[in-house]
Amino acid sequence: MASNPYFSLAVLFLAALGFGLAPLGMAWLWAKVFSPAKPNPIKNAIYECGLVSKGDAWVQFRSAYYLYAIIFLIFDVEAVFLLPFAVAFTGLGVAACVSMLIFVLMLIEGLAWAWAKGVLTWA
Amino acid sequence: MAVDQQLKIELGKQGVFVTTIEELYNWGRKNSVWPMQFGLACCAIEMIATTMARYDLARFGAEVFRPSPRQADLMIISGTVTKKMAPQVVRLYNQMAEPRYVIAMGACAISGGPFKQGYNVLKGIDRYIPVDVHIPGCPPRPEALIQAFMTLQKKIDGQPLTGEERPRHLNPEAQGEFPVPEQGAHDLEPTSNPGVWPIPVVIR
Repeated sequence: MASNPYFSLAVLFLAALGFGLAPLGMAWLWAKVFSPAKPNPIKNAIYECGLVSKGDAWVQFRSAYYLYAIIFLIFDVEAVFLLPFAVAFTGLGVAACVSMLIFVLMLIEGLAWAWAKGVLTWA
Repeated sequence: MAVDQQLKIELGKQGVFVTTIEELYNWGRKNSVWPMQFGLACCAIEMIATTMARYDLARFGAEVFRPSPRQADLMIISGTVTKKMAPQVVRLYNQMAEPRYVIAMGACAISGGPFKQGYNVLKGIDRYIPVDVHIPGCPPRPEALIQAFMTLQKKIDGQPLTGEERPRHLNPEAQGEFPVPEQGAHDLEPTSNPGVWPIPVVIR
């Protein structure tokens, strides 16, 4: 067993495990022997800023953020794709140009929709 | 159990170190008092100054101000406790893990100080939670806070592990919850915790 090349590694692993677990075990033993747990509802409260928490954390947010997501796609992600497209434009085949056209048209449709919806008018 | 002090010194001269679990435990505790990071009024500025380079509270093992009551051992009531703030202070004290200690810093935390006659100021935080060290001053200088730390360390050092004199956190029967006061129509309700602060009887 000791001739195994991984033997020293196993010993080190056990030592590392003991190094981590021994203080935890000692703390657990100390708590068991000496200091009794005295839980109460105030102490066990989740929120710890001194105030009483109100209501439920599981609330729904309005999904109005999707408008910003669409505008971001149109103006930011599209530009990222358009730049390599423009660079490689002369060497591209018909299929590549058509698929890129479909991609741009889809995003333009999104822009038209957002425009019609009045998202672009900054109040 | 206890080793004679003279014998210990004698053994120490011979290179033999004798200690007890109690001494080791208290030595560790008194040198790692973590205060809670929370200031109430102008005393907090002095508290901050105490932790900084000039006064350097780190020398006492107490520089680690914890933002959560779960990780703190010591609550420094640094300033005026208004009646609006008192429930929060008591709740935070309740949320601290035992063993926990309290330093009432300054005249306001002790008795209401210059605002004692005010309708909205608590006349001393010891009405609701047990205070270990009071330091007078308006505000107390950092040296005074350091003095309070040293007093607290002496107190921790003297706490026995077993027996009747043991501290609250080692005693299963000792009270662990301190009722949080609520805002009443005219004052906090209750106005004090009788288990902590017996209402003084005025003899005329």
